[in-house]
Amino acid sequence: MQDRNHLSDVQPTNSVCLIENGLIEIPMLQLLDENGHETNKEQSPEIDEATAKRIAATMQYIRLLDERMVGAQRQGRISFYLACTGEEASTVASAAALSSDDMIMSQYREQGALAYRGYTTEQFMNQMFSNELDPNKGRQMPIHYGDKTLNFMTISSPLGTQIPQAAGYAYGQKMSGKPALTICYFGEGAASEGDFHAGVNMAAVLNCPVIFFCRNNGYAISTPVEEQFKGDGIASRGIGYGVKTIRVDGNDVLAVFAATKKAREVALAHNCPVLIEAMTYRLAAHSTSDDPSGYRSKSEEEKWHAKDPVERFNKWLDGKGWFDKKATDAYLEKSRAEILAAVKKAEKVPVAYIDDIVEDVYDTPPWHLKKQLVELKAHIAKYPEHYPKTSGRVK
Amino acid sequence: MNMSNNRVLTMARAGREAVKWEMENDKNVFMLGEDVYKFGGVFGTADGLGEIFGADRILDTPISETGFIGLATGAAIAGMRPIVELAFADFIGVCYSAIVNLAAKHHYLSNGEFKVPMVLMLGSGGGYNNGGQHSQALHACLAHMPGMKVIAPSNAYDAKGFMHAAIRSDDFVVYMGQKRTSGVGFFGAPIPDSMSEIPDEPYTIEFGVARTVKEGTDVTVVAISWAVHQAMDAAKELEKEGISVEVIDPRTLVPLDRESIINSVRKTGRLVVADEDYQSYGFTSEVIASVIESEPNVFKSAPIRVANPDTTIPYSRPMEQQVLPTSARIKQAILDVMK
Repeated sequence: MQDRNHLSDVQPTNSVCLIENGLIEIPMLQLLDENGHETNKEQSPEIDEATAKRIAATMQYIRLLDERMVGAQRQGRISFYLACTGEEASTVASAAALSSDDMIMSQYREQGALAYRGYTTEQFMNQMFSNELDPNKGRQMPIHYGDKTLNFMTISSPLGTQIPQAAGYAYGQKMSGKPALTICYFGEGAASEGDFHAGVNMAAVLNCPVIFFCRNNGYAISTPVEEQFKGDGIASRGIGYGVKTIRVDGNDVLAVFAATKKAREVALAHNCPVLIEAMTYRLAAHSTSDDPSGYRSKSEEEKWHAKDPVERFNKWLDGKGWFDKKATDAYLEKSRAEILAAVKKAEKVPVAYIDDIVEDVYDTPPWHLKKQLVELKAHIAKYPEHYPKTSGRVK
Repeated sequence: MNMSNNRVLTMARAGREAVKWEMENDKNVFMLGEDVYKFGGVFGTADGLGEIFGADRILDTPISETGFIGLATGAAIAGMRPIVELAFADFIGVCYSAIVNLAAKHHYLSNGEFKVPMVLMLGSGGGYNNGGQHSQALHACLAHMPGMKVIAPSNAYDAKGFMHAAIRSDDFVVYMGQKRTSGVGFFGAPIPDSMSEIPDEPYTIEFGVARTVKEGTDVTVVAISWAVHQAMDAAKELEKEGISVEVIDPRTLVPLDRESIINSVRKTGRLVVADEDYQSYGFTSEVIASVIESEPNVFKSAPIRVANPDTTIPYSRPMEQQVLPTSARIKQAILDVMK
């Protein structure tokens, strides 16, 4: 057995000193200024026209979808929604820098990444209206999407739990020898959960090819970052766990794309995790259940509107000669119509069958569960007047 | 099966044998937890496996139960078949959400798309003088929740068969081995009847099929895990006094073989349920409720529960022996239902 010396890297000192936060400066990668001009052309990533346009279109589509679905919730058509307005570049540009074989384990505000992968308007709607065509069969609250064919893990409500799971999925990818990794999204608030610390440490120690992508959007519902942590953001924690780390302007498509490309390259080449902290701002409310005017100022929000990622990227596209105002307007009009039509269609589709509740609890339903269903159905059949919207939906 | 070799193994050795065979035959199977690679696991569950399979497949993890259960869940979703060695069942408190909200629910919440074929190994129960945070059975805390199979074998033959079945199952399976029956040194000598002659070949046992450990006509005693041996001791003593006791070991809490239990009570008309977990809201109530729902008029006397009182298990050895569902308490309960 080899001798170990866990003090080999420790330098002795003969003066009493306290090491403080801030001694290591963690800069923020920014490749596009607020006017959409490249700040360092040498570092700008290569993005072809088609990819650039797909990123722009996805960001705009998601902004529209968010706007419409918040509206639908306000009208009482769905129970809950959660917008990502202001953070579109973080999720869409990072997803664009990945391979479609890479697994996405998200928190709940990454509809941009899912849309980039190809989730359709109809799929979004059926899930949110939890109807018969809902891929989750009415089992999950709105926005808890999941799609195995798109390598997008089904979203779970408890915060931060995807972080150790992402390390494990990446471990499985490594063991199978596939040249693919896992990206794990979460907010700076979720990074206070024990799962963050456990998961990032596990991934580092066990050499898992995973990108931990933190959207530092300034708020966890109403809690600002100053009340969430004292350290230098989330990036400093990555370094503390021995994880290569990049801090990036989360409203800058080029910077997010370049950082994620680099992270992917390093994680796969060295079988290690990489942490990205994307500095952004949640222009939206946390969800349809809160009103930001109670906890932050309008002038603060205004400052971030000026950094809008969609506008900034459009300016860059314009500079490249890839921005067509007419075509963009037409696309927005078409998307708006598509979303409205999909809402109307999805809400007319009947709810899923109650019979489905015993499926997938286990690989095959055990008899006691089937018996419980029979009893439940007998009751519903006897008293349909108490279940007017669902009593007809019994197989 | 070849039973001629007379290999009598402890439960820990028998379970380990199944793990080894499965790891040799399926590259996706791997084990992880604290102190498994070099140390072989605190309960000896990975003894010597590190040398055979290497550090990538007998994976030592940092100390974070929620971290490595989360990691195993992710690996299972990715197509691996992880076996998590969590050591003490008492520690589920620090990772309960990872178990019941995530690993147990992904399959359902993803409409069956993301399976979690994972085995979670827990050492349960007390009787070896280790206090209220190292001695709990706690199987009801897991059996109560949907989405996982919960098994609690009482002997080495079942341990091996269930371990094979658990690893091959596409479900998330919690495998609970009672420490006093494990045969691991610091828990004391194993209860002799928990050791079994073990065939060389791999074999599986179906979940949800109870074993009638002893046939009888006067009283049905349903017991699980370590309590099976206590029930048998009581039954053997009472046999001498002319009371015929049927002892049933359901072996798996989820699924529970209610039918075998109900059939037995139809025959005897009397029921005692013995379990090392806390009394209220537990296995004992579930068994009694299941029989009453199905056969309300079959009872000649009120059924009796023998379980841990709803208080923290004492460290003191003599005091601990008084709260456990020992053969003395089970014997008294049998005599009481016979009145």
